[in-house]
Amino acid sequence: MTYFLLRRLALMIFTIFFTSLIVFGLTQLLPGDIARLFLGRDASDAAIAEFNQTFRLNDHPLQQYVRWIIGDVTQVEGDHSRGILRGDWGRSFSAGYPRVQPLISRALQYSMMLTGFTLLISIPISILLGVFAGIRANSWLDNLIAIFSLSVVGLPEFVTALVLINTFALRLGWFDAISTPHANDGWFTIIQKLTLPALTATFVLLGYVTRMTRAGVQEELKKAYIRTAILKGLPRRVVLFKHVLRNALLPSVTVIALSIGWLMGGLVVIEQVYNYPGLGKLMVDAVLSKNYPVLQACVMIVITFIVLSNFLADLLYALLNPKVRYQS
Amino acid sequence: MNEEAVVLSARNVSIDYQIGKRWLNVIHDVSLDLHANRTHGLVGESASGKSTLALALMCYLAENGRITAGTIHYEGRNLLELAANELRQLWGSKMSLVPQNALSALNPSYTIGEQMGEVSRTHLGISRRESGLRAAEMLRSVRIADVENVLRSYPFQLSGGMLQRISIGMALSVAPSLLVLDEPTTALDVTTQAVILDLFRELIDRHDATALYVSHDLGTVAQFCDAVTVLYGGEVMESAPVKELYANPKHPYTQGLLASLPARANAAQEQRIHTIEGVAPSLAHRSPACVFAERCKHAIDRCHAEKPPLEHIGGRQTIRCFRWQEIAQDEATSAANQAAAEPVVRPQIDLPRKNELLTTHELAKKFGKRNALLRWLGKEVIPLHALDRVSITVNKGNTLGIVGESGSGKSTLARVLVALETADSGSIELLGENLSYELSQREPSFMASMRLIPQNPDASLNPYITVGSALERTLKVLAERSKHSENWQQAELSSKHGRWKRVHQLLKAVGLEESYRQRYPNQLSGGEKQRVAIARAFASDPALIIADEPTSSLDVSVQAVVLNLLKDLRETQEVAYIFISHDMDVIRYVADWICVMYLGQIVEEGSNEQLYAAPSHPYTEALFSAIPEPNPLLQKKRIRLEGELPSARNLPGGCPFHTRCPRKIGEICETDIPPIRPAGVGHFIRCHIEVDELSRLQSATEEDLQP
Repeated sequence: MTYFLLRRLALMIFTIFFTSLIVFGLTQLLPGDIARLFLGRDASDAAIAEFNQTFRLNDHPLQQYVRWIIGDVTQVEGDHSRGILRGDWGRSFSAGYPRVQPLISRALQYSMMLTGFTLLISIPISILLGVFAGIRANSWLDNLIAIFSLSVVGLPEFVTALVLINTFALRLGWFDAISTPHANDGWFTIIQKLTLPALTATFVLLGYVTRMTRAGVQEELKKAYIRTAILKGLPRRVVLFKHVLRNALLPSVTVIALSIGWLMGGLVVIEQVYNYPGLGKLMVDAVLSKNYPVLQACVMIVITFIVLSNFLADLLYALLNPKVRYQS
Repeated sequence: MNEEAVVLSARNVSIDYQIGKRWLNVIHDVSLDLHANRTHGLVGESASGKSTLALALMCYLAENGRITAGTIHYEGRNLLELAANELRQLWGSKMSLVPQNALSALNPSYTIGEQMGEVSRTHLGISRRESGLRAAEMLRSVRIADVENVLRSYPFQLSGGMLQRISIGMALSVAPSLLVLDEPTTALDVTTQAVILDLFRELIDRHDATALYVSHDLGTVAQFCDAVTVLYGGEVMESAPVKELYANPKHPYTQGLLASLPARANAAQEQRIHTIEGVAPSLAHRSPACVFAERCKHAIDRCHAEKPPLEHIGGRQTIRCFRWQEIAQDEATSAANQAAAEPVVRPQIDLPRKNELLTTHELAKKFGKRNALLRWLGKEVIPLHALDRVSITVNKGNTLGIVGESGSGKSTLARVLVALETADSGSIELLGENLSYELSQREPSFMASMRLIPQNPDASLNPYITVGSALERTLKVLAERSKHSENWQQAELSSKHGRWKRVHQLLKAVGLEESYRQRYPNQLSGGEKQRVAIARAFASDPALIIADEPTSSLDVSVQAVVLNLLKDLRETQEVAYIFISHDMDVIRYVADWICVMYLGQIVEEGSNEQLYAAPSHPYTEALFSAIPEPNPLLQKKRIRLEGELPSARNLPGGCPFHTRCPRKIGEICETDIPPIRPAGVGHFIRCHIEVDELSRLQSATEEDLQP
């Protein structure tokens, strides 16, 4: 088990390091001058020189990379970079060159809220549907669940989002169409604002997790040890909740853990439609305004979450499965 | 309880299963009684419906099954009329199941203690602590030593024999009056099976339980049961007390089944096993006639037209046959005639051995030698000794039998010989020429002359390729490989026409009709698949065929056909075999020369006759004693191997068998490698005990049995 975890951890660190190379390398490979690209064709040479000076774009790429990662080694006074390892994401290109770090932490906070709320809604619904479909395989209920979960997966996110907005925000008026939170929102308002985007994301996840759970339950019900459990005279609910679900949910747990990465950084469309200021929206805005420091920071954060959710999936699988726990 | 009391009585039970949209009748009109404190055997070949019936007697059916007719009375109540929660109160407390393969019948995610404890918690309403104590007590009663540790273990951490003990302990934990044992030892080695069956016997007696023992193995049934019901095609053919059934089988199917046992052929010193012609009936529709009529040599018109009733003929015997009385008379007369005939004497093989076809010298193979990552992490890599200096000789036209339990290295030997695994050291010589360990370095002609029949034809035949194409492809590959050598029928096989002609010859040689070439593997029965695998092995006109447990996945009646086929082919095709098996009866039937393997070593070798007579290696002796004899009147000497097979990663020092040897003489066995002692012409025993002493010890055990 320790060996297994150490191996995973080493792999994880290497993956993040490798991504940082790619993320940094991409900005170096961009055609032309970054300053020129950002300030535009009409910018004066002086402005460009000043821009380059501020962001030290004239330094050797390797120097820039090292500064990005671990900060200034030589300059320790005044306005120096401390590097992303120490939580300094540098400065944004936008007016006044504010620090990236507060932007990122705000977006991260919102993304985590949305992710958490989505999981809170989607896990019980999809597992419940999957279990019902599994124990009543090939019944009308199973078919109904299959049709529902597959059709909502098939629909693109912006379509479900628009349908939800149209129905629950515009017609029924239960929720706001715009989910931008304000600093003085109470918890009820926050939940109200989160509901529609979270529901949209749930629809995407629902299909996967429901089908996975159904397959898991179906598979388990055929196992000889389920027959043993029934013939021990155990009550039906014990057979189902203790013996069937314990093993049937293993694949679903993996899928859910993996989906955390996607929820943190992949909700680009949903956040855009609901105007929700998470990492996905921040990333799109950074792309559109060619704000490379912000974009780099976003990508690094998202990648880290994807890698972490992979690790979490492996860890949970190992913890829940004694076979893995004891044999590796 | 009264000895004669009937605990469970099934009357006219029929069961249907839904496959797709259709309901198929799998059990038809079965009646049987289980008497108190008796063990009742339920015997049948695969697809006879024996497991389905056994579970249905506990009123348990799979989701797609239903009981369509009949009654099942248990202690005065009709189980079929009970509500689900009333049944749940019976299951696990009054009637329990000991399942077939304990590893898959225990939940991998819970500890043994948890799974045992929940039975008594459910039925007795006791606390978690009390149920734990009870589980520990149960484990002690099934003679598990390290109880605390086992209770905390997960199923996959324990051996098959241990898990089977746990299964019966679990089944007995609330003192049930009825036990259903569904092939409880099929997944185990013979030596473990013998120990487990002894234990079961004792526990059933001690708990005053009635048992239903489901098995395909006529040997264990003879030794274990008081009465037997023979099932065929979902119908009862015959029911009788065990001694009666084995001594005087009345139904033609029972007679055929018993006659197809290699043990019976060996006992009668016959050159061929009797077989039952034809294949088992399809369950797709129930025949309105006798189900066995198609394969019955005594069948008359009436048998093909109407179904015989299940007839009670007194003495707790039932039979479903119109002609059983006439058949009994016929058998009596033919038996009288046969007694007059001379028993066939096995031809003596030439000694000293000559005509060497294949020899190996000190062949060795270890697994898991290198794992750079683990070594880098500072973990010690202990290699697994699969083969330890194995030297064998196969003579032309002879059969070398290799026998041993799982983990003895016999399959590794086969794989090393055909270069599916690479040997570490030692030599392999075929017809005097040294063979490379690597497949890519071997001469194509050698590949053609040494072929493998795999254990499981299901796994070795591609399900998407017809039988004919599979054979044709083999021939094509062989023809291409041996393009440059002249010794093989190149010209004939280079054309497609020539190859198909040969395919037809091969199919004919293994007794399949030409039309089989268009069939896919899933359209074949188990025996037919194995015939195709045999045809494929013979495709290259080999000099040596290595058959790795070729019949262990087959029913006895099918095994008989395949064994006879292999014997016939040996004569007509002039081929030699290396025949690997765990079944001493099968080995005795097919082999001329036998090697007994234990933990990668040959512990004894000798001719068939030499090996089956004293003296023999203590391990060989134990193997013999473990074989369940398909004759309830015959008592065998009881030598039981306690303890588990040691891991090949951690070989015991000295003699590898010393940890389990019932004849261990002392420290020398643990420290010194035993000498190879000659015990006859070509007969060797690897043991510290002198040959004469072994001989004396073994005949002494034999005498103890005499009353």
